[in-house]
Amino acid sequence: METRKSSEKFVVPIGPQHPALKEPGHFEFTVDGEIVTGASVRLGYVHRGIEKGAEDRTWTQNIYLLERICGICSHVHATAYVLGVEKLAGVSAPPRAQAIRTVTAELERIHSHLLWLGVAAHEGGFDTLFMYSWRDRETVMDLLELISGNRVHYSTNVLGGVKYDLDTEKMDAIRRGLDFLEERTHHYMKVVTTDETFLARTRGVGLMTREQAEALGAVGPTARASSVRRDIRIDAPYAAYPDFPVKLITDDGGDLLARFVVRLKELFESYRVIRAILDQMPEGELTTRVPRRIPAGEVISRVEAPRGELFYYIKSNGGEKPERIKVRTPSLCNWGTVVSVAVGHKLADMPMLLAGIDPCFSCNDRMVRINRGQGAQFWSWENLRQYGIEYYR
Amino acid sequence: MTNLKLDSNWQRILDKIRTWARVNSPWAIHFNSGSCNGCDIEILATLTPRYDVERFGIKLQGSPRHADVLICTGPVTLQARDRLIRIYEQMPEPKFVIAVGSCGLSGGVFHGCYNVVGSIDEVLPVNVYIPGCPPRPEAIIYGVVQLLNSLKSGVSKVGTVAELVEKQEA
Ligand code: SF4
Repeated sequence: METRKSSEKFVVPIGPQHPALKEPGHFEFTVDGEIVTGASVRLGYVHRGIEKGAEDRTWTQNIYLLERICGICSHVHATAYVLGVEKLAGVSAPPRAQAIRTVTAELERIHSHLLWLGVAAHEGGFDTLFMYSWRDRETVMDLLELISGNRVHYSTNVLGGVKYDLDTEKMDAIRRGLDFLEERTHHYMKVVTTDETFLARTRGVGLMTREQAEALGAVGPTARASSVRRDIRIDAPYAAYPDFPVKLITDDGGDLLARFVVRLKELFESYRVIRAILDQMPEGELTTRVPRRIPAGEVISRVEAPRGELFYYIKSNGGEKPERIKVRTPSLCNWGTVVSVAVGHKLADMPMLLAGIDPCFSCNDRMVRINRGQGAQFWSWENLRQYGIEYYR
Repeated sequence: MTNLKLDSNWQRILDKIRTWARVNSPWAIHFNSGSCNGCDIEILATLTPRYDVERFGIKLQGSPRHADVLICTGPVTLQARDRLIRIYEQMPEPKFVIAVGSCGLSGGVFHGCYNVVGSIDEVLPVNVYIPGCPPRPEAIIYGVVQLLNSLKSGVSKVGTVAELVEKQEA
């Protein structure tokens, strides 16, 4: 009998509803036996049209809309936005407000990294670590709730300052929480770097060299784990970071283990920075006046989200509403790395690899790509606008 | 099927046992139809040690075919709508839907965005609404317990086998 070598590939579709990740995304892995030979991802299930919606809301309303781009890093979205608008309006928030913004941002980073640690461990089948890290994460959730009254969308920022003050009592509570978390983080560091079963899943998996990381445009901890020296808090300090600098943390491993180590080390850095700010909290006002109409102009605003660089472009035509807001989120930049690094790995490693970049669908689903037959078509801004107009009609 | 007596006493007892079992251990599936993630992490938080819904027998399940309860978050986007309906249709009867979060209830802050269909109840029949942006894990647990209570007391009908057969034949 003639042996026929099939040229057809076996494709494993996963998603959009799938047990591993909590958000919808559709993946297709081409496999040869166990080994992945190609990967593609289809996003856009949670595309809501926020950028378009932002044009329909006033400058103040937009803080709350943009904050809800992502429930994990909501504060950095609001921060990037208010910093940009303040720059346009030519005002700057008082030092105390900037310090409180930074404290909240760092607390949010702690919550996000602990959350990620749990999810990544869960993908690796290490549910004990998942449960422990989420239990400890409740400590920082309590602190955030103490400051702002809400566990997830803190709404700390207003245009020209912040809403909530930190008194001595709250600061002490934060310090106590940080002490506990620091101790736990030492423990996690030990687990992640010494547990043999866990190391077997992370060491040497998903190797990405520095050149690759730079070519693929990786950002944040994913890039820093491949020894790319890039952190907006250091490259272009904003809020209170000029006065309270953070240390750049990189690792030259480039594999999943390095991504764990970098994020855990960043936690220590966050603890240190928060303590430093609390010890030298500037005195003064919480807000300055910002005009209701923002002068015409355009501005970019960059901040370091827990997942990497977050980029805002804001354009004003002098009215009460923005003319255009463009957001580029870190998760989108990091997708490319997964898709290319996946090739050559076992299918079973995919959840870990995906989790390794700490993907967040809700923040990157703002571009629509529609496959019609063979030709793929990207929706440009003009198409979207047209679609939006027709939809409203 | 036709010569089986579906409303016999025996069958009624079986139905009671099924309701009892179901109330004691509902399996849930979670789908995000366009949420910002805030509600999803709070749902996940209910599974972790501090809140621990597993003490009520509630288990988060991966496959819709094994689930009794669909926990839904976020406004429904145009793209996710068909998927949401498909997941709902894959679930075996009887099935219940819990909508979590302000934007699942009404569209919330995303109301009026061009790619948003609207609230979950425009697409699926919803049994329990849990407001909040995001609702606290306590609120989510309370919502689930409300559903269980209403099943136990018969306010929300689980449906007997006889009714199910009728529904299928219709
Ligand atoms: S209700 Fe709030 S937290 Fe929940 S998905 Fe909607 S915007 Fe996010």
